[in-house]
Amino acid sequence: MARAVPPARKALTTALAWAVGLLLFFPILWTVLTSFKPEPVAVASPPVFLDFDWTLRNYQDVQRQRDYFDYFQNSVILSLGSTILALLIAIPAAWSMAFVPGRRTKDLLMWMLSTKMMPAVGVLVPIYLILKWLDDMITRRTGIDVGLDSHVALLVILTLINLPIVIWMLYTYFREIPGEILEAARMDGATLRDEILWILTPMALPGIASTFLLNVILAWNEAFWTINLTVTDAAPLSKFITGFSSPQGLFYAKLSAASTLAIAPILVLGWFSQRQLVRGLTFGAVK
Amino acid sequence: MATQASRAAARAMLSPAVVLLLIWMIVPLAMTLWFSFQRYNLLYPDRAGFIGFGNYINFVATSGFWEAIVNTLLLVGGVLAITVIGGILIALLIDQPIWGQGPVRILVISPFFIMPPVAALIWKNMFMNPSNGLFAEAARFLGLPPFDFLGQAPLASIVLIVAWQWLPFATLILLTALQSLDSERMEAAEMDGAGPFARFWFIALPHLARAITVVILIQTIFLLGIFGEILVTTNGGPGNASTTLTYLVYKEALLDFDAGTAAAGGVVAVILANIVALFLMRAIGRNLDA
Amino acid sequence: MTSMTRALLGATALCACGLAAAAQQTTITIATVNNGDMIRMQGLSDVFTEAHPDIALEWVTLEENVLRQNVTTDIATGGGQYDVITIGTYEVPIWGRQGWLVPLDDLPADYDVDDLLPPIRAGLSVDGTLYAVPFYGESSFVMYRTDLMEAAGLQMPEAPTWDFIREAAAAMNNPEAGVHGICLRGKPGWGENMAFLTAMANSFGARWFDENWQPQFDSEAWANTINFYLDLMNNYGPPGASANGFNENLTLFQQGKCGMWIDATVAASFVTDPNNSTVADKVGFALAPDNGLGKRGNWLWAWSLAIPASSDAVDAAKTFIAWATSKDYTELVAEREGWANVPPGTRTSLYENPAYLEAAPFAQMTLDAINSADPNAPTVDPVPYTGVQFVAIPEFQGIGTSVGQEFAAALAGQKTAEEALAAAQEIATREMRAAGYIQ
Repeated sequence: MARAVPPARKALTTALAWAVGLLLFFPILWTVLTSFKPEPVAVASPPVFLDFDWTLRNYQDVQRQRDYFDYFQNSVILSLGSTILALLIAIPAAWSMAFVPGRRTKDLLMWMLSTKMMPAVGVLVPIYLILKWLDDMITRRTGIDVGLDSHVALLVILTLINLPIVIWMLYTYFREIPGEILEAARMDGATLRDEILWILTPMALPGIASTFLLNVILAWNEAFWTINLTVTDAAPLSKFITGFSSPQGLFYAKLSAASTLAIAPILVLGWFSQRQLVRGLTFGAVK
Repeated sequence: MATQASRAAARAMLSPAVVLLLIWMIVPLAMTLWFSFQRYNLLYPDRAGFIGFGNYINFVATSGFWEAIVNTLLLVGGVLAITVIGGILIALLIDQPIWGQGPVRILVISPFFIMPPVAALIWKNMFMNPSNGLFAEAARFLGLPPFDFLGQAPLASIVLIVAWQWLPFATLILLTALQSLDSERMEAAEMDGAGPFARFWFIALPHLARAITVVILIQTIFLLGIFGEILVTTNGGPGNASTTLTYLVYKEALLDFDAGTAAAGGVVAVILANIVALFLMRAIGRNLDA
Repeated sequence: MTSMTRALLGATALCACGLAAAAQQTTITIATVNNGDMIRMQGLSDVFTEAHPDIALEWVTLEENVLRQNVTTDIATGGGQYDVITIGTYEVPIWGRQGWLVPLDDLPADYDVDDLLPPIRAGLSVDGTLYAVPFYGESSFVMYRTDLMEAAGLQMPEAPTWDFIREAAAAMNNPEAGVHGICLRGKPGWGENMAFLTAMANSFGARWFDENWQPQFDSEAWANTINFYLDLMNNYGPPGASANGFNENLTLFQQGKCGMWIDATVAASFVTDPNNSTVADKVGFALAPDNGLGKRGNWLWAWSLAIPASSDAVDAAKTFIAWATSKDYTELVAEREGWANVPPGTRTSLYENPAYLEAAPFAQMTLDAINSADPNAPTVDPVPYTGVQFVAIPEFQGIGTSVGQEFAAALAGQKTAEEALAAAQEIATREMRAAGYIQ
């Protein structure tokens, strides 16, 4: 924007924008600060902001109780794995809907989104029974763990619950790509494979990157299936946090430390990649 | 532009996604429908058998069923209202020329990265707790009696927590849409003497219509399924004041372990969700020429 | 042979050894609550694995509600994910009767089963067969601030009445100074506010069901209970009490914000711990109050270790639970962390140990409270169920929590006592009818 803005007004809007930003961010900041406080300071009245004896004790206590790195590793496996799987399935589907649309493409898309409306709690018992059956049929016989508390089962479920959003996001992004380019390429004798590999993919890369990031965030933060279907082997950070939610006695500082550990990786990823994330996060809303 | 061959290819590329989602929809749905007509309580494995619509009657007769429907709509509507209006305001603000736009944007989007149970725990314990929370401290500082958020205004408190989580998402989409607005049109309108309010109302808002539709659609899908935040903060109470339909299903499934009634509740919830979706499509769907 | 092949062979041999060692080692998965005593057990479990190198332990420490929902789903579907589970006196008789738990009638002689406190042992047995071993047991009693009582010019009797509790709450209440007369549970849940209210109702002569399983919330005794509770909490309780459970009240009491607190006896060691409590040297104890009807308002609970029938490592699991609830474990905790921190309320021998009695001033009171609770005759009038602060039927979790919601709403001022009781009666009647107890 090239408009000249009076500095006074710019200062005012800047102050306002920063105030709003800090307000929204404050709960996170407060949690991180609390995680470094001794327990009694965490509930001190009046509250202490920065002037306390900073300590790492809460982190040590949390780590002693549960090995953070096991859970972290599972979170990484599940969120990255399910995202890659979802992209592998969604890219061809979105491509085909965007460039060879049929009469029912829009209905199909809406149907896909509607599969997300089944409340997960209502299907927990059926899914649990299926996984137990898989345990009995496959895991016990072959030693390949595909049932309860397995990476495979969680990967499949996380892939499926986010697939509709992934397809939709990619579809809207692909649609922005002008079809003329493809036709021109086809004139030059490009095959379908060339078309996808050398023309579409580079053009769609920002959209794919952004979809990838959004899905990693959603999968990382998923907290129903991961809590109810895992025990230890495949348990990610959402399960980690359930051990600290209300233990006996003062717990604010330890809870804050566990929370900080659970959110820090994705928060940092989000900060560093926010430009990429934002670029494709339009769902076709930008004309 | 589509040839016969590319149509076939397109279908082949589409089918894995469709087939997988079809399975993911049909298998649980079929099992849920099956269970919804069975007497099936996990704690009574030997008491089983077909009971017709018994589970449905039981679920609908649950005290607080109608309250739960109202609460669900209030929760979804409340969060949507806050995130859309708040999102527009914040987007307009950040879109202004300001110093440090990047850092401000990072601050604003951060809540979106927070795991829902963590967000609920933080708000419940460190902010809304009437003895040790920061809000209580603030009230005490002002000489007011501390307000018991989760006891006196449970649903509004949950709306606040959930809105905090989703505000960044709305802001981002609206901001991107706003930035795609042709600034020359705005300037031309300014030249013609249109005030800032008129410029927003007649130019920016219509331009944002699609983005608002997208925000409403996506958030509704996620918000209808919310229950973790309720479980952590109020357990649906006091009374049924913050019980939503999903939470009611949770109560049947994981408190009573009545898989039959929970399944019936799941079916009811799906039907209602689809009614909401239909309304949504009617009301705003034309903005979305997907 | 080249060095390469030799290295490879060596590696294979190493792998084989590793596999052999792994094959001999049994891994047991232990699901437990994130309470202080359990976290301490986890910390001390190195001692166990050193003595039993063939057993590896995998811990799943969860918040109580999550633990209950995960473990119940698993055991009811025979999922077999856990080898040792932490459950309470509510679940053990129900699950034992279903055949979901491994009977523990073959514990080694040196375990000394007869040393377990009789009410606790009875609560964990079905028809004389033990299905779980107690990790720690508790009843409930009154904890009060000796300094505030003195300032108010009152003397707490060893066995107070409810009227005296109200008088003391009124005398100590001083919200301007941040002190509330009494802190009680208000957070809805069958194991939270309903544990307290059910036990309290027992002392008011109320009961959940009559002999024919008819819900009794329309009785005068229940009305008296709820009215008394609301009066106490509205006048002398802390703000936001409808969200306070055990942990919240513990925090309040440790910060010196409560004059009295009626709750689990295990809290005694926390409120007298100078590291965490600001009032550690100013706490007195008394039996739970009564109304002169022959029952006191105290409950009985034991967090216990049990083995699901679906476990595939029953022997290793038995070895572990016998260790974790043994006299040796008690000694181990005493040696490492002091006598005041040993898990209480399970064994007679602990209450005959002078070292413990000296370190824990609340010991005798705890023992008396536990021994005075009778899960087989919990109420003034006869009832068809067992359990003091719960009704040992599977439906109780759901009914108790829904009813608890109503009373929490009354405490939060969103309903009147009459409305809450009427709603409770309606909920209980409908659920009991649906479950087939009544017509």
